[in-house]
Amino acid sequence: MARTTSETAVPKEAPRFFTLIPTDTKIDFVRLAPLMTGISLAACLVSLVLLGTRGLNYGTDFAGGAMLQVRFVAPTTATNVRTALDQHKIEGAVVQDVGADHEEFEIRVAQVAEGQAETASNGVRNALQETFGEGSYEILRVDTVGPKVGRDLWRDATLAVVAATILMAVYIAIRFDLRFGLGAAVALAHDVIVTIGALVVTQMDFDLTTVAALLTVVGFSVNDTVVISDRIRENLRKRRRDDLATIINASVNETLSRTVITSGTAIMVVIALFLLGGDVIHSFAFALLVGFIAGVYSSVYVASPIVLWLERWWRRPAAARRK
Amino acid sequence: MLGWLAALAVAMIALAPTVVTVPSWWPLGAPIRLGLDLRGGTHLLYGVDLDEAVRQALASSARELELALREVQVGAATVDLEGDTIVVRLADRDRLGDVRSLVGTRFPDLLAADGEGGGGALVLRLQERARLHIRNNAVEQALQVLRNRIDQFGVAEPSIQTQGDDEIVIQLPGVQDPQRAKALIGRTALLEFRLVAQGPEAGTVEHPGPGVEVLPGVGEGGQRTRYLVEKRLVMGGDVITDASVRRDIDGYYVDFVLDARGTTLFGDATTRNVGRQLAIILDGQVQSAPSIREPITGGRGQISGRFSVEEAQDLANVLRNGALPAPLELREERTVGPSLGRDSIRQGRLSFIVGVAFVVIFMFVYYRGGGVIADLAVAVNVLILLALFALFGFTLTLPGIAGLVLTVGMAVDANVLVLERVREELRGGKGARAALDAGYDRAWTAIVDTHVTTFGSGLILFQFGTGPVRGFAVILCLGIITSLVTAVFFTRSIYDWMAVGRRVDTVSV
Repeated sequence: MARTTSETAVPKEAPRFFTLIPTDTKIDFVRLAPLMTGISLAACLVSLVLLGTRGLNYGTDFAGGAMLQVRFVAPTTATNVRTALDQHKIEGAVVQDVGADHEEFEIRVAQVAEGQAETASNGVRNALQETFGEGSYEILRVDTVGPKVGRDLWRDATLAVVAATILMAVYIAIRFDLRFGLGAAVALAHDVIVTIGALVVTQMDFDLTTVAALLTVVGFSVNDTVVISDRIRENLRKRRRDDLATIINASVNETLSRTVITSGTAIMVVIALFLLGGDVIHSFAFALLVGFIAGVYSSVYVASPIVLWLERWWRRPAAARRK
Repeated sequence: MLGWLAALAVAMIALAPTVVTVPSWWPLGAPIRLGLDLRGGTHLLYGVDLDEAVRQALASSARELELALREVQVGAATVDLEGDTIVVRLADRDRLGDVRSLVGTRFPDLLAADGEGGGGALVLRLQERARLHIRNNAVEQALQVLRNRIDQFGVAEPSIQTQGDDEIVIQLPGVQDPQRAKALIGRTALLEFRLVAQGPEAGTVEHPGPGVEVLPGVGEGGQRTRYLVEKRLVMGGDVITDASVRRDIDGYYVDFVLDARGTTLFGDATTRNVGRQLAIILDGQVQSAPSIREPITGGRGQISGRFSVEEAQDLANVLRNGALPAPLELREERTVGPSLGRDSIRQGRLSFIVGVAFVVIFMFVYYRGGGVIADLAVAVNVLILLALFALFGFTLTLPGIAGLVLTVGMAVDANVLVLERVREELRGGKGARAALDAGYDRAWTAIVDTHVTTFGSGLILFQFGTGPVRGFAVILCLGIITSLVTAVFFTRSIYDWMAVGRRVDTVSV
């Protein structure tokens, strides 16, 4: 807020700035770490258990089959649509009313045999045309995916997310050291797991763009870890007498404002995407939102404590020897 | 500063065609290409059945071998396909040596397997080298055939590309009901001319004679029927050089023109077999089986079959452009209607405006002067990024727009890092100029690291994704580069420019 002046003009007065986060915070992050670690672990565990029991709501990309999004000229009901499909012997179709005006519906047809990817959507097209007639509806979108594509995608997606996480960890390990690399890897895994957990809880569509969001989360949430690690390294050089716990505390406090603001601007735009971006990228924006927020938290409470613990663990034999 | 102004001017010129209609002499850029998810259209993913390509190549070798055997007169011989081998059986087993040397000289792709098949039989398989060649070529060939078919089908700006080892991706902008396109693309169009079997050797539909097989087809009156046709080929569809749609009182038919070899083959066959029926077989279905009334030596022929005009057009199209080397299997189909595309553009634009407004206002309120400069950098960043799309023809998709919004959110990060550092240095008692220098200097490593990591995940995403997701990856990677440049160097040069000829003792952050 303040227009600052150099020391020659007003030598004694310390400059003041417009801030959201006080600059002289002395929060003892390290002391809170065990509690927070417990919460993080619990969140990851719950996410993994839910992933195993309830499972993700796979979109057509992964599950295979067909999805048609249809908009009718006049309002109708899901039952009407379902009846039309039943009459044409299309089995196992799921019809969902998605618009507020009962005009838009999503029709999902389950898995079809390899090589017959098109028959599923063709059946629905024909059923709609014969029952409702040309011009009384519009097909907004058709996605038809054969089983092979779904299987390949699953493998590629898992591979991509794991590879990205490892790549980030290796980069951090090279730029800083192994402790920071491991800390970053665990923090990223935490972010991905928690995001997947949120997707399981909300049962939002898990499709290609959601995987893209997960990968973006991996690339972005490592940023805060970099900023904090950078400061820890700088302080390690400057304050040789302090122990690591003190330095981590000081570094997290010093960088708190920029951590919150850098992620804050990204989170702001993601909120805009989530609220205004429309149905097609809804789950994409949601995954980004959860992942980015988890990313800020994990840089402070997952990555840094791990650096500290690794340090203590590695030093222990040496300390024992001294006794 | 001058360099930046020049870059901006170039960006504006490149973007002009996207915003307004420009005269044809306009030097740079084209309207930014929109992905199918924004403009509407159909995306098809086909798998090429490579095993079947090998099988068909083997079958065609078997046919050629059968003809060659007849030429060298080794006596009664049968050539059969058994699994992935060709089995040659001779009545006169002493001549097997001759067959072996014939294969050695004229069929380099075939390899005689020793000690198999027992007495009087020769087992041949495809050389490994040939098999690999066929597999590698099949996708390339299929791509070429499909390109020609789709070109003649008449879709504006289609895109046909290979993906992975055995897949072909076809994008048809503006095509809403892809039934006809799919029928045209998916058709193998393997055309064969064979004689309809007659006499006692033909056998019956239940028990076809040796060298005869039963094929489904359409009879004279349009009813479904079955034909007994000889396995031996008179000629294949590869001798057709041109095909066109004609019309007579019975409806549309397709007229075709043969090359020199085809003219000879067709002429010989029709001369020797006047009075017999010639079956015209397309993808294993008898299209028609006209009687040969007189020798046809002019190198022309026709296929009739109660076609609609579209059917006749598509048939002529596939005959002109040849058969696919292997059947295609549709693995994925995505169609986006025009109104959903329009909705997506509208929603994408709205979230872009709101998201960017958020960030721009926030930066101004929080950092004042420094924020305004950061905002300028954001504007320059978006301009350059879009200009790159216009210049290099990258495709903008809905996730791509999301990526653009995200880039803005991330682009200010570098400025936040710098400005926070400047504040810290000012608090530490440094002068304005020194604080700025230290701010850029100290924040630099963190800025590079954050950009490298995001770029890395963008690259992986590009590898992984297709279609709209790839559009997102492209904008993420490009955006990282442009934002590094604009957020650091552009803002720095603004500060320097403001400082020219002045003693700087204040900085607004």
